[in-house]
Amino acid sequence: MTIVQQVNRRRFLTATGVTAAAALAAGATQVDWGRLMSAAGENPLDPDAGVLVVVTLYGGNDGLNTVVPASDSAYVNARSELAYKPEEVLDLGEGLGLNPGMKGFKSLWDGGQLAVLRGVGYPKPDHSHFRSMAIWQTASPETSVPTGWLGRWLDATGDDPLRAVSVDPVLPPMLAGERTAAASLPVGGLKLPEGALGKAFEGLGAAQAGEGFWQARAARSVNDLHRAVTTLGGSTKDKGKTQPRKGELAAQLDVVAGLIEAGVPTRVYSVSLGGFDTHADERGTQQRLLTELDGALTPFAQRLAKSDRGKQATVLVYSEFGRRVTANASQGTDHGTAGPVFVLGQGVKGGFHGAEPSLTDLDDGDLKLTTDFRDVYASLVEDVLGTDAGQVLPGHSGRMAGLFT
Amino acid sequence: MVVLSERAAVRRLHDRLGFGPRPGDLDRGFAETRDRLLGAGPDAGAAATPMPDLGPPPDKPGKDADQAAKQQARKQVQAQAAQAADWWLDRMAAADVASVERLTWFWHGHFATSEQKVRSPRLMLAQNRTQREHALGGFTDLARAMVVDPAMLLWLDGSSNKAGKPNENLAREFMELFTLGVGHYTEDDVREAARALTGWSAKRDTDGAKLVAKRHDDGVKKILGATGDFAAQSFVDLVLSRPESAAFVAGRVWFRLVSATPPPADTLNRLVAAYGRGRDIRALLRAVTDEPAFRDSATSLVKQPVEWLAGLLRALGVRPGKLDDKTRAQLLTGLRGMGQVPFQPPSVGGWAAGGAWLTTSAGVARLHLAQQVTEHADLGAVTKARDKVAAIGDLLGVDAWSDRTRAALAGVAGNVRQLSTVAACAPEYAVSG
Repeated sequence: MTIVQQVNRRRFLTATGVTAAAALAAGATQVDWGRLMSAAGENPLDPDAGVLVVVTLYGGNDGLNTVVPASDSAYVNARSELAYKPEEVLDLGEGLGLNPGMKGFKSLWDGGQLAVLRGVGYPKPDHSHFRSMAIWQTASPETSVPTGWLGRWLDATGDDPLRAVSVDPVLPPMLAGERTAAASLPVGGLKLPEGALGKAFEGLGAAQAGEGFWQARAARSVNDLHRAVTTLGGSTKDKGKTQPRKGELAAQLDVVAGLIEAGVPTRVYSVSLGGFDTHADERGTQQRLLTELDGALTPFAQRLAKSDRGKQATVLVYSEFGRRVTANASQGTDHGTAGPVFVLGQGVKGGFHGAEPSLTDLDDGDLKLTTDFRDVYASLVEDVLGTDAGQVLPGHSGRMAGLFT
Repeated sequence: MVVLSERAAVRRLHDRLGFGPRPGDLDRGFAETRDRLLGAGPDAGAAATPMPDLGPPPDKPGKDADQAAKQQARKQVQAQAAQAADWWLDRMAAADVASVERLTWFWHGHFATSEQKVRSPRLMLAQNRTQREHALGGFTDLARAMVVDPAMLLWLDGSSNKAGKPNENLAREFMELFTLGVGHYTEDDVREAARALTGWSAKRDTDGAKLVAKRHDDGVKKILGATGDFAAQSFVDLVLSRPESAAFVAGRVWFRLVSATPPPADTLNRLVAAYGRGRDIRALLRAVTDEPAFRDSATSLVKQPVEWLAGLLRALGVRPGKLDDKTRAQLLTGLRGMGQVPFQPPSVGGWAAGGAWLTTSAGVARLHLAQQVTEHADLGAVTKARDKVAAIGDLLGVDAWSDRTRAALAGVAGNVRQLSTVAACAPEYAVSG
């Protein structure tokens, strides 16, 4: 295992430099399912309030092989064996196509629900995972600041930690403010009994030959549940692993959907998928991860579209940087710069936003950004969370015009 | 097709027309059980659990009211809403003939109205009373009542629908979701139907709805090919007289009580014939249970959380109304965790079905809820039994445990509360086979 393969979520979180957040140091407020459900009973989500679900792809997702300019000769030349052919990608028009693993995204795109924001990055890109992720999470490219962008939103809007919930075992820096930090719904959130009771319950998840369709599904859901608890729980054991466990993101989003539908008054949720640091033999790995992202997010979006509360949610998908335009010698790519960001939800104006970066007019082999990521954040803060972005992104006046209908 | 045994068919009657069997229920035959469920006999259990009088919701704090006053008002409404939901769960557990509550529950999901927007638990209960009154009666009466129901008017903006300033929400959903189905009307029909429904007004703090003459558009409307001075009741009659309406209503009943697979044409014809000109819900239900598909083991349904909980409460003899406040609150919290709280459907389209209830988070909530119920259950029959695994199956009315479940249950057979908890979560009980 090389050094880069060991890049994982926990190391990001501890190395991002968001050190001053007292709340982080002290440990975030841990909440369990029951407390969130009680909050939903006492003070349910305001029907007019937007909900933001942030999906972080750790490791630097290769944007050019996600939203692929497959017929661009510069792409074909730069990527050689790593390149997707035009007939392999899912055509979005304007010479771009989605990675073949993203069939669900394509259907969301066709339904006008998916916005693809192109060339999103920040000036003077930093190629360190840690620094770049810190920049994305603090929204402060020039100087290190001790607070995350949504942490500042928390600071600006009250005291209740339940306003933001991380469904990761560890609280990401973006949710740490100076005074307040988000709650985390970790290990204990989906707590199952131990001992004989837990074992018997787990036993219900075994497949039974000849069982009817719905009973088999019910058994499988018990099995999925145990897998989810093992995956989302055990925050100390599994962190050395590079590869996310299968179904981890789906399990997180399943929890988030349940919380939103139940009317929990939380306005921001954070979930993540890791493993995107694909320096070698990238194609298969990245496609598998994007397929997992697609397989988790598509049913999540479809589920949300079915309920009034679900329709209050907007999803943001981002990674700390894209990869370099030219493939390296080991059929991978090295750390790059700007990349695509996805935003989806009922109020989102589907389609492309922002210009596609040029593949020939490069900055030292890297894409030049066309959209400042803070514009995206500012629009989400104002249009989804209903807060003046000046409090969250002081001094930043840019907005992502036309992202919402 | 594997045909259910007589006993399993009786169990299914209880599952689908009620909330599952109580101890002893499966000793009766199919015909007798059906007559009892579809009969109109007196119900001492229901009579002993009268609907509470919640009183009006608190006054809405003015725009200038401070945060504390708003919070206080919100809390009061929440408390009333919890009281309404608690009462209904208790009624579901207490009723001797569960079909009335089961069908009221069905209509609540069909004319899905949420307290979330209505913000008057009292009006939600008033709607519930109306739905119960017509639950097994005539669909005409039910639909006529729903189109001017106060909670419905608040829910679908009927109160904002005025002559010259129409709001189409109620007119559209009434045709799309309640009576006709999508594709059987045009956008022009929606616009014209909205005109017919103008003028009706409901307020959170008063009981009934009223027609304000000067807000009603009394001009001529052209709806579904007919021309006339349509108003609420004549609009309902017109819509229900469309040939698609009976098939739509029968299809919705089939979807919730038999199978997610739509009925084949010949079945649908028989159902529509039974429903008839009188739009007789009771006759429709009887016809549904006459269908061969009703005894087909493949037409299984995932129990909705409320159905599952009500069935568990009934089978184990637990009455929410007799629990302490804290435990009762935990039942609602558990249901919320499973994704379903009475009077709070997720949208006007009603609740999900099938796999939507089998999510991971719902699984945890189910287990915790089962623990709370079994904590207060009367499990004497299981304790006394030699084969405890079989005994809890009998108590819950499960046809038979699979080898998988029997093996799982054997691990907790020494502790009847744990045994009952796991049994309640078993696929054989979570699903109505």
